[in-house]
Formats: sequence, C-alpha cells, structure tokens
Amino acid sequence: MDAACIAIKANQRRADAITMIHRANTGHTGGSLSVLDILSVLYYDVMNVNPENRHDVNRDRFLLSKGHSVEGYLAILADLGFFPKEELRTYSQAGSRLIGHPTNKLPGIEMCTGALGHGLAIGVGMAIAAKRLKRPYRTFVVMGDGEQAEGSVWEAAMAAANYQLDNLFAVIDRNGLQISGPTEDVMALENFKAKWEAFGWEVTEADGHDIQGLLDYFHSRKNDKKPHCLICRTIKAKGLPFAENRKDWHHKVPSQEQVQEGYRALGVKGVEWL
Amino acid sequence: MTTEAVRMSFTAALLEAAKVDSNIFALATDSRGSVTLVDFAEQLLNQFVECGIAEQDAVGISAGLANAGLRPFLCGPACFYSMRSAEQIKVDIAYSHMNVKVIGVSGGVSYGALGTSHHATQDIALMRAIPGLEVYLPSDGAQMRAMLKYLVQSNVPAYVRMGRGAVPIIYEEEAPFTPGKANLLLEGKDAAIIACGETVYHSLQAAQILKHKGINVSVYDMHTLDPIDKVAILQAAETGFVVTVEEHSVNGGLGSAVASVLAQEKPTRMKILGLPDEPLFNGASGDVFKHYGLTGEGIANAILLRTEE
Repeated sequence: MDAACIAIKANQRRADAITMIHRANTGHTGGSLSVLDILSVLYYDVMNVNPENRHDVNRDRFLLSKGHSVEGYLAILADLGFFPKEELRTYSQAGSRLIGHPTNKLPGIEMCTGALGHGLAIGVGMAIAAKRLKRPYRTFVVMGDGEQAEGSVWEAAMAAANYQLDNLFAVIDRNGLQISGPTEDVMALENFKAKWEAFGWEVTEADGHDIQGLLDYFHSRKNDKKPHCLICRTIKAKGLPFAENRKDWHHKVPSQEQVQEGYRALGVKGVEWL
Repeated sequence: MTTEAVRMSFTAALLEAAKVDSNIFALATDSRGSVTLVDFAEQLLNQFVECGIAEQDAVGISAGLANAGLRPFLCGPACFYSMRSAEQIKVDIAYSHMNVKVIGVSGGVSYGALGTSHHATQDIALMRAIPGLEVYLPSDGAQMRAMLKYLVQSNVPAYVRMGRGAVPIIYEEEAPFTPGKANLLLEGKDAAIIACGETVYHSLQAAQILKHKGINVSVYDMHTLDPIDKVAILQAAETGFVVTVEEHSVNGGLGSAVASVLAQEKPTRMKILGLPDEPLFNGASGDVFKHYGLTGEGIANAILLRTEE
C-alpha cells in the first residue's frame, strides 16, 4: 500500500480509537494515537500476516509490548477482517473479548501483553524459533519509551544480539511522555540510541509519523547478523490538536465534542461500525 | 538403600524424548550444570537455548518458542523461576496458553545452608494460584520418568518442582502416574498422611514406625498439586484424621489445599506439617527436615500426639 493510502487508513483508525475510548469511558488515548502510523505501516504494508494466513507457521509475528495502546491496534485488526468491525462497539464492555490490553483470545493476536517489559523476550523466542526451524518469518515488537525502564527489556536486548537475530525488529514509540511526565524527568533514557547500540543492535532513528520514511526503512533492512532497533520520534496523542504532547492525555477520555473535533482534525467523517 | 536424584532422572528421560521429537527444546539460565543438562546441550545443540542468568527473559523466550509450535522445557533453580519470573509465568505462559513446562530444580530447601535466598518454599502457593498452569512434585526418579511421558505430549503448561539430592526409591519402574490422581501407597484406618515430593519417602518411614506401635495409617503421594485430587482427599478423610507433609511454607501449600477441600466438603481433624512462616533454621536439607519434624520420626511423633488425644 502506498504512503498516502496508509496515512488515510491511520487517521481512520485514530477516529476508531477515540470513539472506542469515548464510548467505553476508559482507554489510553495518547499512546494509541502516537503509535498508529507505525502500526499502520506494519499491518497495511510491511508484515505478511492477515486473517487467511494467521495459522501459517511462516506468518510474520507481531507483539504490542506496550499493550495499553490497544485501541488503535484493535481497530486495525478489525479493519483487516480478523474479527467483525461491529465488535469494536463492545470495547471494554462486560464480557467482551476486546479489553484494555491485547489478549490472544482474539484472532490475530499472538500473545497476551500489557505487563510492560515482556514483549521483547517473547519476540526473541519467536526469532530464535525461526532461525532454528529455518523459517522465513520476521518478528516485530513495538514497545513504549517509558517501558524501557523495565530491566527485562535489556535482558532480551542482550539475548537478541547474542543470537544475532537479524530477523527481529524492536520498534520504540518514543513519544517522550509517560504517565507521570516527560521520560527524561521520570527516568532519563538518553543517550538512548547509544544504549541500544552498546547492546549490539543496528539502530536507526526516524520520524514515527513519516509514513514513507518508515516504509523505506522496513523495505531496506538487510540481514547483517544484528537485530534491528527503530527509535520512532512521535507525538503523544498525534492528530488531536487539543491533546498533542500533553501528559494528562495518557489515559484521558475525550468528550463527545472532542471526538467530533478530532474527526474534523483527522479529516474523517466518522466511524463505519456505529 | 538405593537412591537417585530426580533431576538426573528427568534430564536423562528428556534427552531420550528429545532425540525422537525435535520439537522438544531445553532452555537453561546458566543452569545446565546444576540441572544436569550438559549432555543434552552437547548432543542436541539445535534444541538447546542458553538464556544466561536472566529468568524473566528465559520465560519470555520459552513462550516465544511455544508460539512457534515447539515444546520448551525451561530448566533452572525453582527459587528463581517461581518468584523472579512469576509474572512472566502468569502472563506469557499461563494467560497466553503457551505450552511451556517450567522445571524448577533444587526446590524446597535442597540448597540447605545456602540460605533463604536459594530456598523455594513459596512456589506451590504461587504456582497453584495461577489459572491454566498444572503443578507437579514428583517423589522419585521412576515417577519422574512416568510423569515425563505425560509432559512431553501434554498441551497444558506446567510447573514441575524437584529436589537436588539423591532420594530413596519409592516406585519400581513403570510407576503409576495419572495427572491429577494421587497414588495410594499404603492403606490404614487410623489416620491418613498426604505428602508430595521428597516428603513421601519420610511419610512411608513414619508409617513403618507407627505400625510397630499398632497404628495403621494410609499414605498418599499427591504428586499433582494442581489440579488437586479431591476424591483422594475425601477418601483420606474417612480415617478421621488427615496429616499433610510438605517441604514448603505451611501458608498456601499442600496443607492449605487439602484444608480448603476438607473445610468445604467434609470437615475433618487435620495437622499441617511443613516449614513455619518465620526465618528458617540454617543447615543442610536433612538438618532442616529434622529440625521441623519432617522426617519419619517427626511425622510419626506428630501423629502419635494427636491420636493419643
């Protein structure tokens, strides 16, 4: 899919996400919106995974390690047909399969995630399995920047380099904010790129909203015996002018008026599942 | 007295199974020596993954391997897996339904004088509380071999705890093993002992001591801690006095599990023998067992005190 089409898809999914959060009166607005261009590039173009091949041993593997950014992720899976779009209406309702973190009860979701710091280790296991079984699939793990304070991330980073997992991608949504404030005030990450490089990864920094740039990155990676780390500079709550880069929008819920304002800002008329 | 270390019985059987089924993987956390996986790592290099000293990572890696259809056996000290990586066991394995077998070696007070940091005496409580995870404590090498035949074909995640040292043989080869069904080793009408893991042998010793005093007790090997065998527990209660014996804290282990069944379905006099909820006595494993009355003599004395009441 070309960049312009992906951009339209991403903004439609942003509209889905804010609508789901408004209806449920709960959710993680900021992180869901900051990561959506990355997820859209992966699901609409880069990754070889769809409802038809979801049991294929060679499907690409995806893990949303920052599991709280679930709303946009669910909207993408529904849009791709992993489950009916109408089910988005049930988000966070009693008895729903669609809850505040990904669960693999839902078709298309590999693992239950949301306890931060777990995803990369699982991804390392998936990537080792591909190497040992000589399977061509690749593994993509999306993490948050606040999540980087979890020590288990670095255990996995060490293991990935040790096993030369060039079939593994760690993509970090570097929106710079976590629930208590800027990452650099809560637990400083910088020099962040140097840390990943020191752990033996091939590290690239990118604009996480430059869809063509993201496409170019993923399509140009070579297998050079190093795992790939992409640090994406993003804007928390991207697409909602009244919420962008504000820490209180980590899990603030938009009002009906704010949802409408969001639709206008995103250039979206509404959502098709209501 | 013939003895055999359960961990060696396990690794020998796992190696043979893995030679036949290339989907069986073994993982270690710099623990291939203590688990006795050196032969496995040398002979089946492609089926072995060294994770370094990183238990959380190791559980996650195991879950990732299971997602790819493999059958990982994650092997290392019970004390570290059951607590440091408890969250990964809960979320990545049990909640996500990944078919990983977590093999906790040197469980209980196996490490003896290494101290509390290396004891696994809360693992039954922790692992039993995680839904979707079976919990096993084999009592000897032959039972471990029988259990492994089940574990290599089962699709349910499990936590298996075994000790470090050589333990007396309880079963002949072809030990009876049905998951979730306790083995009745001795039948007596005066009391019933329910034990698991290494305490099964000591419970049999206690039964011999008591027999000489004219007291006949039943002895159950409760090798499966979750799902617990309610039928066996209710059968044990027919004697009117149930004693549980475990190498675990008295909080949340075998005794608590049996008490929960009896309190709700057939209130029965009970005695829970195990490790107290306090800083433990220092010493080798045998010294600790003796100190807390978990040897044949100690168990027999506890029963005598109550049966004479």
